[in-house]
Amino acid sequence: MEPTDVKNPEYFHKVVDCQYACPAHTPVPEYIRLIAARRYTEAYMINWESNVFPGVLGRTCDRPCEPACRRGRIEKEPVAICRLKRVAADNKGEVRDRMPAIPEQKNGKRIACIGAGPASLTVARDLMPLGYSIDIYDNQIAGGGMMRSQIPSFRLPIQVLDEEVNFILDMGVTTFFDIEVTSMQSIIDKGYDAIFVGTGAPRGKGLELPGLAEAGDAVHVGIDWLSSVAFEHIDSIGKKVLVLGGGNTAMDCCRTSKRLGGEDVRVVVRSPFADMKASPWEKEDAMHEGIPIYDNHTPKEFVIEDGKLKGMLFEKVEAKYDDNGKRSLVPTGEDWVFMEADDVLMAIGQENAFPWIERDLGIDFDKWDMPVVDETSFQSTNPKIFFGGDAAFGPENVITAVAHGHQAAVSIDLFCRGESVQDRPAPRTNLISQKMGIHEWSYDNAVENDERYIVPLAPLEKALGDRKVEVELGFDQEMGFKEAERCLNCDVQTVFEESRCIECDACVDICPTDCISFTANGDEQELRGRLSAPAGNLAQDLYVSEALPTTRVMVKDENVCLHCGLCAERCPTTAWDMQKFLYNVSKAGQAA
Amino acid sequence: MSYQVPKFRHPELPRNELGYTRADYEGSISTLCAGCGHDSISGSIVRACHELSLEPHKIAKLSGIGCSSKSPTYFLGKSHGFNSVHGRMPSVVTGAAMANRDLLYLGVSGDGDTASIGMGQFTHAIRRNLNMVYIVMNNGCYGLTKGQDSATADEGSASKKGDPNPFGAIDLPGLALQLGATFVARSFSGDKEQLVPLIKAAMSHRGFALIDVVSPCVTFNNNTASTKSYEFVREHAAATGTVDFVPMREEITTSYPPGQSQEVTMHDGSVLHLHKLSEELDPFCRSSAMMALERYRSSGQILTGLIYMDKDSRDLHEVLETSRRPLNTLAEEDLCPGDKVLQNINASLR
Ligand SMILES: Cc1cc2nc3c(=O)[nH]c(=O)nc-3n(C[C@H](O)[C@H](O)[C@H](O)COP(=O)(O)OP(=O)(O)OC[C@H]3O[C@@H](n4cnc5c(N)ncnc54)[C@H](O)[C@@H]3O)c2cc1C
Ligand SMILES: Cc1ncc(C[n+]2csc(CCOP(=O)(O)OP(=O)(O)O)c2C)c(N)n1
Ligand code: SF4
Ligand code: SF4
Ligand code: SF4
Ligand SMILES: [Mg+2]
Repeated sequence: MEPTDVKNPEYFHKVVDCQYACPAHTPVPEYIRLIAARRYTEAYMINWESNVFPGVLGRTCDRPCEPACRRGRIEKEPVAICRLKRVAADNKGEVRDRMPAIPEQKNGKRIACIGAGPASLTVARDLMPLGYSIDIYDNQIAGGGMMRSQIPSFRLPIQVLDEEVNFILDMGVTTFFDIEVTSMQSIIDKGYDAIFVGTGAPRGKGLELPGLAEAGDAVHVGIDWLSSVAFEHIDSIGKKVLVLGGGNTAMDCCRTSKRLGGEDVRVVVRSPFADMKASPWEKEDAMHEGIPIYDNHTPKEFVIEDGKLKGMLFEKVEAKYDDNGKRSLVPTGEDWVFMEADDVLMAIGQENAFPWIERDLGIDFDKWDMPVVDETSFQSTNPKIFFGGDAAFGPENVITAVAHGHQAAVSIDLFCRGESVQDRPAPRTNLISQKMGIHEWSYDNAVENDERYIVPLAPLEKALGDRKVEVELGFDQEMGFKEAERCLNCDVQTVFEESRCIECDACVDICPTDCISFTANGDEQELRGRLSAPAGNLAQDLYVSEALPTTRVMVKDENVCLHCGLCAERCPTTAWDMQKFLYNVSKAGQAA
Repeated sequence: MSYQVPKFRHPELPRNELGYTRADYEGSISTLCAGCGHDSISGSIVRACHELSLEPHKIAKLSGIGCSSKSPTYFLGKSHGFNSVHGRMPSVVTGAAMANRDLLYLGVSGDGDTASIGMGQFTHAIRRNLNMVYIVMNNGCYGLTKGQDSATADEGSASKKGDPNPFGAIDLPGLALQLGATFVARSFSGDKEQLVPLIKAAMSHRGFALIDVVSPCVTFNNNTASTKSYEFVREHAAATGTVDFVPMREEITTSYPPGQSQEVTMHDGSVLHLHKLSEELDPFCRSSAMMALERYRSSGQILTGLIYMDKDSRDLHEVLETSRRPLNTLAEEDLCPGDKVLQNINASLR
């Protein structure tokens, strides 16, 4: 293999598994260390810079970082990264004085953001400090998008959302709430320098089954029903509720039903339990609240009696997988199953819809009627118009919308300054030795053995009695400290300086997880077969040195390195050093 | 400063026949200097014991005094251990081995511990062919007492703060050959590929097995004027050939071109492959081994690898016809077999 180029910022970035997996590349271990040091305000600000909604995300994030977390590869469970973020948010002090100042003198450029969800708010958050004037349009009565209309209060208290939305709106954003935008042309006509579309994926899918028309208003589209609950147009539901679908929306629908009077609430899903789209923790939470999940049941028809919904019929199916692993749901041939229902909530997916964008504005749409959007710049085929969040590539989640918003803001700023949106500023990185003295490090390099701590919950009865009571209580400071100590500090990199190495093997001998080998060079696949320990995780890189005096090379498999620093402690010549790598994604306004 | 090695290990560490991973053969975290060759030897011992699927409670590790003699704390944490006085490890092993032949005796010593204060004990253990593995972690100095030249320091070699050594070195493999040792090898702490199979072979040998391992003292004797530095040893080491050790129960998978390789079956049924052997050495002929050692020494090279092995070695137990059972398992009826037996003995003496 060629020697590893550690000057390439992506090499060490990839070693920080959680940060690399986070769509917004939040410097996770950096904030976790601050939580361990009880410096919550600083920890909050690190998050706020990257993900804009730490309080919201610390409760609701889809947490792609956690399955990626290295800790999950050396023991059962990853670090509770998401819930630690909440610890920072819950315990922070005054933060407004740490937020960027908004220039009195504007730069003369006007930007419209359509939709006030996390994507648009992030664009505003990044452009306001640069002197832009921003108008936000939304058909809801307040900002936040689906964070407000969809995510139920028992997962995200409204005060938490309001605070973080207001940090941005209070920068001087002009809001046009409760206004449906019905024509893109009309927005263009207002003479904006650039337009950002962050309207999400607002249309819920329905099921055309026999009996639907007769069932009338006993059948609801899940996301519409959730927003009616959020905006207090609906405050009750029948005693028997069927929720159709297996995603997170279904989980929110069933749990909300349970709080609005539903007694026999069931989730019914076509796929096997294991294949359900909902996150494992969302399924657990629903079941913990006494909601059964019936899997392998395909809805067939609404049963109507005396002109009123009586229940539904389901066909039982079985998942069969072909040689390519492709699944088909095959009926078992058993009798159809009847389940009673007063109300049915359909939570089977969402779609984008752009009926309000005229098709003669230079914005190309593809065969799925989705706008053609550049994946790096978020620019549409009309150079003035940018898309982000669920509106760009279909429904995702809050953190993805935020990541899009940051990148769209970079593009809008470049575009307004007359520069190419492809010449993007490089990430800002920093690599500093953590050595404090012989065998002394500025980070806590000892590895704690504790298993993942469980977030305490409000008593079930209390939680089910009121939809606004938050179910999770969050870690207190003590538990937060302990959980933070589980983090391995993967950003503290093992940096190898071959010219100092005397090949004494001390690092190989001490390394608890057998990461290091000194061996003859070879091509990657072959090399992986003869290292100190199995190196089969191809997603994790091998760090390869230049040839050493014996002609061998040092090869480090990054996979299960504990970042414990023992290799550097045992190295007599400081060929190994532990160096903290900080990686900050490029932001709008940063020089290229 | 770390006082503990994290408990986590590589999740896919191979398990041996007993279901143990390498981690089950480790000891506590080393307190030797960072980069000390002795730690690598400890690592090789761990690997060898794991790969041989030895039961940790069937091993006794014994040592004298010195950095090298401290190292048993850093491997085989679940085995028996005895840290004796300076140079006296062989007599403790002798006693232990006589009392219980079921354990594997692993003696760890230094060049000071062996070639100076312990010389008398060392020579008699060899002469008696005590059934043990004797590893000398040889750094040419007294590391623990701050690096004074030892009796194995080469003439003219100088340690970090010292003058060139005016005396000739005691060559431990040469001495052992002369005293009738039945297994003699030399290796280098920085060459695990060679050292691990040699340790395995030594552990399978019946009788006294000496491995003299050059093991640089990074703190006091790893300077350019020293002949026991990493660099010097790497440049001057010449191997007798490569050694492959195949434990008894494993299938032999590698094939070697004829002529260049020899196969030896050890007394426990394992097989030792010696290949790409230097033509000037017959490792089963004592005088050939002695001549090869001398030839390499006089040309300024360090001969490593298996130097000599007596395939028909008879250890002390066989020679003395000692009890086949450990003494602690002998009950009263074994020790006092009764009047009839006594009468028989007396009769045989009349
Ligand atoms: C039930 C449910 C639960 C969810 N839970 C989570 C969760 O726990 N964690 C998570 O990360 N994600 C969750 N999501 C997904 C997440 O809410 C979205 O991915 C995210 O909000 C998308 O952000 P956005 O900025 O792209 O758009 P949105 O948040 O969808 O905001 C778009 C806004 O634009 C408005 N709008 C649309 N069209 C117009 C128009 N023509 N004129 C004016 N205004 C318009 C919409 O009303 C909305 O307010 C959930 C989604 C649902 C449906
Ligand atoms: C009876 C006795 N004499 C002298 C000493 C002092 N002493 C301690 S270690 C040592 C030499 C150790 O040298 P070596 O065996 O080569 O071990 P190293 O530290 O080099 O590994 C000496 C002389 C002692 N501890 N006991
Ligand atoms: S252990 Fe810490 S730094 Fe490493 S991936 Fe997990 S959260 Fe990130
Ligand atoms: S920091 Fe060094 S010693 Fe620790 S696990 Fe990583 S490579 Fe091994
Ligand atoms: S003094 Fe020398 S022999 Fe002793 S631990 Fe340090 S390096 Fe090893
Ligand atoms: Mg010594």
